[in-house]
Amino acid sequence: MVELVWLIPALPLTGFVLLVCFGKRLGEPAAGWLATGMVTASFLTALVVFGGLVAKDERAFSQTLFTWIPAGSFEVGMGFYLDPLSMTMVLFITGIAALIHLYSVGYMHGDPRFSKFFLYLNLFVFSMLMLVLGDNLLVTFLGWEGVGACSYFLISFWFEKPANASAGKKAFVTNRIGDWGFMMGMFLVFFTFGTLRYADVLPAAGGLAETTATLIALMFFIGAIGKSAQIPLFVWLPDAMAGPTPVSALIHAATMVTAGVYLMCRMSPVLEASADWVPQMIAWIGVLTALLAASIAVAQNDIKKVLAYSTVSQLGFMFLAVGLGAYWVAIFHMITHAFFKACLFLGAGSVIHGMDHNQDMRVMGALRKFMPITAFAFLVSWLAIAGVPPFSGFFSKDEILTFAYQESPAMYAAAMVAALLTAYYMSRQVFLVFWGKPEWEELTNPEPVTVVTPGEDGGEATETTTVPSQTELAVALGVPADEFHELPAEFHPHESPWTMTVPLVVLGVLAMVGGFLNIPLVDDGHFLEHWLEPVFEETSTHLTVSDATIIALLIVSTVVAAIGIAAAAVVYLQHRVKPVEPEILAKGWYIDSSISAFVGGPGTAAFEGVAAFDRVVVDGAVNGVGAGTRSLGQSVRQVQSGYVRRYASLIGIGSVLVMGFMVFRAVV
Amino acid sequence: MNSSVDPVEAITFFLCALVVMGGAFGVVTSRNPVHSALGLVATLFGIAVLFLAQGAQLLAAVQVIVYTGAIVVLILFVLMLLGVDTEDDVDEEPLVGQTAAAIFVALGLLGLLVTTVFVGGSEIVTGTKSTTAAISPDESNIAQVGRVLFTDYVFAFEITALLLTIAVVGAVVLARRPRSYEPMPEPASMAAPEPFPSQDDAEGSVH
Amino acid sequence: MEGLNAGYLMLSALLFCMGAYGLLVRRNPLVMLMCVELMLNAVNLSFVTFGSMLDDVAGQAIVFFVLVVAAAEVVVGLGIVVAVSRRRPGATADDIRTLRG
Repeated sequence: MVELVWLIPALPLTGFVLLVCFGKRLGEPAAGWLATGMVTASFLTALVVFGGLVAKDERAFSQTLFTWIPAGSFEVGMGFYLDPLSMTMVLFITGIAALIHLYSVGYMHGDPRFSKFFLYLNLFVFSMLMLVLGDNLLVTFLGWEGVGACSYFLISFWFEKPANASAGKKAFVTNRIGDWGFMMGMFLVFFTFGTLRYADVLPAAGGLAETTATLIALMFFIGAIGKSAQIPLFVWLPDAMAGPTPVSALIHAATMVTAGVYLMCRMSPVLEASADWVPQMIAWIGVLTALLAASIAVAQNDIKKVLAYSTVSQLGFMFLAVGLGAYWVAIFHMITHAFFKACLFLGAGSVIHGMDHNQDMRVMGALRKFMPITAFAFLVSWLAIAGVPPFSGFFSKDEILTFAYQESPAMYAAAMVAALLTAYYMSRQVFLVFWGKPEWEELTNPEPVTVVTPGEDGGEATETTTVPSQTELAVALGVPADEFHELPAEFHPHESPWTMTVPLVVLGVLAMVGGFLNIPLVDDGHFLEHWLEPVFEETSTHLTVSDATIIALLIVSTVVAAIGIAAAAVVYLQHRVKPVEPEILAKGWYIDSSISAFVGGPGTAAFEGVAAFDRVVVDGAVNGVGAGTRSLGQSVRQVQSGYVRRYASLIGIGSVLVMGFMVFRAVV
Repeated sequence: MNSSVDPVEAITFFLCALVVMGGAFGVVTSRNPVHSALGLVATLFGIAVLFLAQGAQLLAAVQVIVYTGAIVVLILFVLMLLGVDTEDDVDEEPLVGQTAAAIFVALGLLGLLVTTVFVGGSEIVTGTKSTTAAISPDESNIAQVGRVLFTDYVFAFEITALLLTIAVVGAVVLARRPRSYEPMPEPASMAAPEPFPSQDDAEGSVH
Repeated sequence: MEGLNAGYLMLSALLFCMGAYGLLVRRNPLVMLMCVELMLNAVNLSFVTFGSMLDDVAGQAIVFFVLVVAAAEVVVGLGIVVAVSRRRPGATADDIRTLRG
């Protein structure tokens, strides 16, 4: 059954091609159902292939479709490599993608470019599958670039608004910087090994010289930084929220951003062969990103931006795991994160849908009464991400924290602070949106305001009663005027259609139970670890701390989560303490603006300088050669004056000189 | 150097040298081109006498007949044909630096040649004395020159004949009046060829 | 050097240089031609002198050929002068300068 592996990416590709040709004709909602059907079929095929893989003794399968690039000694085939790692990725990619396709049928209802959206989504799923299934670095890179391109298409899907187009561009350019690292890594691998196939490169990675391995690992890590939004290339992810919410859920939560983690896990033998400071650096970058992003999320007011920074933060946790050598833990967290983050995003989309496209949390409130299903899914995922047992996030995050504790207490402390902040800001979001005062009611039924103006020169005082508009009230709450959408007069938030709520519920359930993929302490409960053993056995770090330490750490995590939730409750639910949302956090530590200022200011000046250099020096040299030749020709031209007597005198002078030389030679 | 110089020969040489230089001076500096032609005649005559002094009688005669009698006359013909006007082209020089170049060339050449003559001394001629065509006082000069021309240099002789023919043809072509540009007559049809093509050409130009 | 040979050679050199000077300085084409004749005659004289120094008749034979070539050259040169003067009466050597860079 494993031979059907080629079918898994082929189905979304077929969907893409069909939608390109007939999408407009199919229209809404047929195009959406076609796309969803394709991805669901892909998921079912993945299940079948999974069954086949489990049945095999050696959990690895290679299939080459055709030789893609035959160029002498450089030969690259279009092949698939199925092992537990890629199987896991395929399963949750296709599963979550299918759910999100279903969700999009409801969410994108009424959009003029409905079929195009699904076209891009299918293309994205295809690219992502190629990324994880490729049996060599070049096929992976094909998928890598494909997902980057689809991310660009989908972020700027509503490109009529310049900000959206700009966000897409920013994502693509930032990704590109990372892609340079990937390419350099690929070149180095080929230069060292003469081949790009994983089956040839990875087993031989143990014999690499340390400097080579360090260089390769660093280059691939740069690629991962770009794709998975770590410091310093994370600035595109919050901007990417300009895309439709299903895009944010699929691409920027569950799949594309995890590609970097996947890459590092896949190249783990190389990472192991590199110098010791490389994994250390990866771990520290991960934990610092987690901390930084969590701090920024505390002060964000857009419902999607909070989740975006949360994603960056959780990705930091995953890289922390990678840096610690606990690759299977990174994959574990990737899976649980995919469940609860996708659920959170879809829930946010549902809220936005219900709030008539308003995304600012300050106009929401008490939505749990009006959108119960959404609320349920959101709450479950909230508890998961906050790290409350027995929800999935608790298990995966705790594994990471245990490994961190084993490595260095400083790392553990930093990660713990990040976890605390995670619980805090997620709870803040939940309380603002689903509890508290329904702010939108105030906006739709505004209180008249009476202003008493004292009369002039001791005359009668006049009273003017005005009814403030919704926008004015919203601005008073702090919402930027251009981000506020006016609500209709008799406004009540409504629950979303079944196409949107079904995926929510499914993901919510997964977020609840996903943690049981790997139960700590229980020896037979390490399902995921054992499943991924063939891939990571030789490279993985193993837990050496005692069981008692593990239990202690579990308790500490739970307590920290509780503290975070309680703190948020005190501030945002009971309003006993004033909210602390410093400007610097709201502006993201000014990282983004400083990058823009640098690139726009000195950066542009530098680029202008380079362009000027090209124009003046390089072009000038080339043109100068031409101009110099011309002027030389012009001056030599003077010799041919047309005067015969001049020519004759030149002949005469020449002959005198020659004869003089000869006589001189003879005489002297 | 002057071991046995015949005084007659010396005086002849000296006088002819004067004539030659005077004529040359006249050619170069005369304002009137006809005066230049007369100066040229004087030079040529002087050279002819010098030929005689050297024992080249044929050449002297040929010099007078061809050079003086034909070439200078031709030049005078053309001078008269084109009109003689005293141009003041000796006074001013439109080209910058031309006079300086001319003086440099002339003096340079002179200096070098004189140096060669004096420094070389008797080694200035590097050839060997001829055995076949030695100048003998017994035979007449004409016979000697004739023999050499028709035996050793016969090929060159014939070529010069060709050269003269070419020169004549060239002169004729150059001096023709430009034809009026009338169109060629239509080529006659094969059926009825015209016996005499009618032409309205006053010049009588031949196609 | 025997006898007057040095004298003959110096005279020939002097005549040549005067001819060269005249060729470079004068602008009337006919006068220029005459200066060329001067140079040719100087060469003729030197040839004959060398012939007598070497005791060879060939020197005189060569003069013959120089004479022929000089004649031909004058003929063609005069033809050119006539043709040019038809178009531009009173043209000097400086007026004919269309072939220039």
